Amino acid sequence: MNVKYMYSLLAVIVLFLLAYLGVEAAGLRMLFGIVIPYVAVGVFLLGVIYRVMGWARSAVPFQIPSTCGQQKSLPWIKPNKIDNPFTPGAVVVRMFLEVCCFRSLFRNTRNAIKEGKLIFEWEIWLWVAALAFHYAFLTVIIRHMRLFTNPVPVCIQMVEKLDSFFRFEILTNTMQVGLPGFYLSGLILLAAVTFLLLRRMMIPQVRYISQAADYFPLFLIFGIAFTGILMRYFTKVDIVAAKELAMGLVSFHPAIPARAIGGVFYVHLFFVCTLLAYFPFSKLMHMGGIFLSPTRNLPGNSRAVRHVNPWNYPVEVHTYEEYEEEFREKMIEAGLPVEKE
Amino acid sequence: MSDFPKPDQLLSNIDRTPPRTDWMDTPVNIRKGMYCYAANPKSVEYTHLPFPHQWNPTEEDWHLPENWKEILHEGFKVRLERFRSFKIFMDICVRCGACADKCHFFIGTGDPKNMPVLRAELLRSVYRNDFTLAGKLLGRVAGARPMTMDVLKELWYYFFQCTECRRCSVFCPYGIDTAEITMMARELFNLIGLNIDWIATPVANCYRTGNHLGIQPHAFKDMLDFFVDDIEEITGIRVEPNFNKKGADILFITPSGDVFADPGTYTCMGYLLLFHYLKEVYGLDVTWSTYASEGGNFGSFTSHEMMKRLNSKMYAEAKRLGVKWILGGECGHMWRVINQYMGTMNGPADFLEDPVSPITGTLFENARSTKMVHISEFTADLIKHGKLNLDPSRNDNLILTFHDSCNPSRGMGMLDEPRYVIQNVANHFYEMPPNTIREQTFCCGSGSGLNAGEDMELRMAGGLPRANAVKYVHEKHGVNMLATICAIDRAALPTLMDYWVPGVGVTGVTEMVANALILPGEGERTTNLRGEPLPGMEDE
Repeated sequence: MNVKYMYSLLAVIVLFLLAYLGVEAAGLRMLFGIVIPYVAVGVFLLGVIYRVMGWARSAVPFQIPSTCGQQKSLPWIKPNKIDNPFTPGAVVVRMFLEVCCFRSLFRNTRNAIKEGKLIFEWEIWLWVAALAFHYAFLTVIIRHMRLFTNPVPVCIQMVEKLDSFFRFEILTNTMQVGLPGFYLSGLILLAAVTFLLLRRMMIPQVRYISQAADYFPLFLIFGIAFTGILMRYFTKVDIVAAKELAMGLVSFHPAIPARAIGGVFYVHLFFVCTLLAYFPFSKLMHMGGIFLSPTRNLPGNSRAVRHVNPWNYPVEVHTYEEYEEEFREKMIEAGLPVEKE
Repeated sequence: MSDFPKPDQLLSNIDRTPPRTDWMDTPVNIRKGMYCYAANPKSVEYTHLPFPHQWNPTEEDWHLPENWKEILHEGFKVRLERFRSFKIFMDICVRCGACADKCHFFIGTGDPKNMPVLRAELLRSVYRNDFTLAGKLLGRVAGARPMTMDVLKELWYYFFQCTECRRCSVFCPYGIDTAEITMMARELFNLIGLNIDWIATPVANCYRTGNHLGIQPHAFKDMLDFFVDDIEEITGIRVEPNFNKKGADILFITPSGDVFADPGTYTCMGYLLLFHYLKEVYGLDVTWSTYASEGGNFGSFTSHEMMKRLNSKMYAEAKRLGVKWILGGECGHMWRVINQYMGTMNGPADFLEDPVSPITGTLFENARSTKMVHISEFTADLIKHGKLNLDPSRNDNLILTFHDSCNPSRGMGMLDEPRYVIQNVANHFYEMPPNTIREQTFCCGSGSGLNAGEDMELRMAGGLPRANAVKYVHEKHGVNMLATICAIDRAALPTLMDYWVPGVGVTGVTEMVANALILPGEGERTTNLRGEPLPGMEDE
C-alpha cells in the first residue's frame, strides 16, 4: 500500500463526505452553493495571476532554447524551422505545436537493455492519454458554459453536437444513457484519468517518483467526472435548477434555487471548487508555465541577434596586461610578440 | 582500476528496480569510482571563489562554513530571481516520467536518482520546503524536506552525475532542462566551496595561463612547433603558424586539450595544415593566441560568473590583436557558451567586422552578432565552393560514423555541417541508429567536467548508450572510426571505445579534412597524420 496515493484518495473521500453531509445533513446549501464557489474562483484568479507574475518578475538572462533540429547557418543547408526556430514567428509555431499537440511528448521512446543491447521502442500511450485527457477536459468545460449563458451561444451548441455525435442509448429504469444525447468527452476524460492513475501506480519508476501531489488532482478529477456522469445518466439531477444557481452566480445575484438539486450536485461543485482553489498552488500551473519556459519560447538566433541580460554585472577578469606581466621574459625568449619590451 | 568492473559485469549490475524505501528515506552512498575528488583549495583561492578549504567527499565532516544553510538559502533565492528558467523548472514539473529513461546515467546505472525527474526532485524538495506555501504547511506530504547535511551530500553526489547534456529537455513536454538545474545546483555548491578538482583546477589554470592545462606561453608555442615538425615529416611541408599576431585576418581559438593529448593532437595538426593551405593558396592570415589559448570553458561548470570571466578573453584578445572576426575549433561546451552566452555576457562585439569568408565571400549571417564562426561551418562553406583540393581516398581505410556532441546538437543545432564535411573528405560513412544521433544523441558520459580518472566507473556506465550505438554500426558496417567535433569526446571516447567496443578509434573532423587535403607542393604522402600507412601504402 502506497501512502502517497492513500493520502490523496483519503483527501478526496473526505472532500466528498464534507460536501455530501454538509448539504444533505447540515443543509449548508448557501456555503457549498454560493460562498465556496465565489471564494474558489477568487483564489483561482488571484492565485494564477500571482504565480504568473512571480515567474514574469524573474529575469531571462540568457537565450537557452533546447535546439531540436538543424540550425540556420549556410544558405544551402536546410534548417529545421520549427524545432530550431530562428525568428519569433517560428517560435510561435513551435509553441503552438508544443501547447496544442504536445510535440515533445510525441517524441517519447522507451528503452531496455536486452542481451547487452539497448533496444528502443516508440512509446505513444502517454502522449495519447495526455492529449485525450486535456482535450476531453476542455470539451467538458466548454459544454458546461451552457449553464452560465442565456441564450446558449451557437458555438457551445456546436461543441455539444460534435461531442454527442455518436448516438447510443441504454434505457432502463435505473439508467438512461443516451437521452438526451451521450457525451463522448465525459467518458474519454474518465478513461484517460484512469489510465494516467493506473500508469502512475503500476510502472515502478513512475510510482517511485510520484508524490501525493500527483495522485490528488487525478483522484479529484476522477471524482469530478464520475459525479458528473452519475448525475447525467443515473441520478438525473434537476438541470433547470442547476442552471438557475449557475446563472445567479455569474450575474452576481446568487440565490439557492427553490427546487432541491441534490447532494451529488453539491459534491460535484465542491470538487470543482477544490480543483480551482488548489490549481495555483500546485503542479497544475504547468498550464501557465509552458508559455514561459525559456527552453521553448526563445529563438535559436543568439549568435545573430544579441540577447540582453538585465543583470549583466561586471566581473573580475585576468587581463592580457596581467598575463604578459607574468610571462613576458619567457614570451620574449620564445619569440612571441609582446606589448612592452 | 583493479577493482573496476568488467564490461559484462557492469552490464549485469544494471538493475532498474527501484529500492523498497522511498527515495527520501534512501540515504546516499558516495561510492568510489562514481564521484570526482574535491578541489585543491589553492585552485579555488586563485580565482577568488568562495570558501576554499580542504575536504573529502567520503568523510563525515565536509568542514563547511558555520552558516552554510543560510548561504545556500540566500543563494537559492537570488537564483530564483535571476533565472526564470530555474523558477519555472522548480514549479511546473508534473512528474510524467517521459524523461526517466532518456538519461545515459540512468540507462547505465539503473539508479532511480539518475532519472532526470528525480535528480531535479532532489533539489525541488528543498525548494518546496524553503519557498512554497504548500511545502511550508504540509512538509513531506507536499514533497518537501529541509536541507540537512545528508541532503546536501545527496545533491552533491547526483549533480556531479549529470553531464548537462540536455537530452532530457528534448523529451520534456515543458522543456524542463536538467542542465539548467544542474548549473544552479553547482553554483550553490560553489558558494560553500564544494567544487571538484577536475573543474576547479582547469578553471584556475585557464584564468592564469589562458588554457586549462596551465601551459605557459612559451610551452604552448613549443607544443605547436612539435606538431610542425611532425607535419613536415609526413607531408614534406613546413607550416608556419602565427602566434599573437596583430593585424591577422582571423583569430583562431580551440580547446587546449587538442594541443596536449592524442587523438586531439591530430585534429590540432589538421588545423595547422588547413590554415597553411588557406595561407598559401588564398593568402588568409590566421593567428593563434597564447593568452586566449582555450576554447573550452570549465567556468561554465562552476558558475555563470566564472563562465563569463573566462570567456571574456576571447573578445579581449580579438580586440587587442585587431582581427576581423574569430574562428572557433571543434569543441562541445565551448560552443554552447559561444552560441548561447558569449554575446550576452561579453558582447556586443561591435569592434569586429561581420564574419565574411574572404575566400568564398560568404557572410555567416547566423554569426552576425557574436562574430564567431565554427570551423565546421567555415570548412563546409569552403568545400561547397570547391576551394579545397581534396583526395578522400586517403581516408579509405576508415569506415566512419559521426557522434553528435551534446552541446553543438542541443545547444546550437549544428548537425549537417560536420556531416557534409565528413562526406566530402571520406568515402565510407554510416549513421548510428536515429534514436542515438542528432538532437537525440547520447553523451560520451564524461562531459561537464566529469572526465576525471577517479570516476571511471561512472564514465563507463554513462557512456554505455553511446558505445552501444557505436557497437551496432561496428558490427553491422565494420565502422572503425568515430568522428566527433568535441575535445572532451576526443579525450573521453577512446577509453569508452576500448572498454565497450574495442577496435574503434576516435577522430576529430578536421583531422579527416587534413588527411584528404592536398597541399600545394607536398611530397607523396605515405602515412596519415597518425603515422599509419595510407591505403595502398601498407608495404612501403
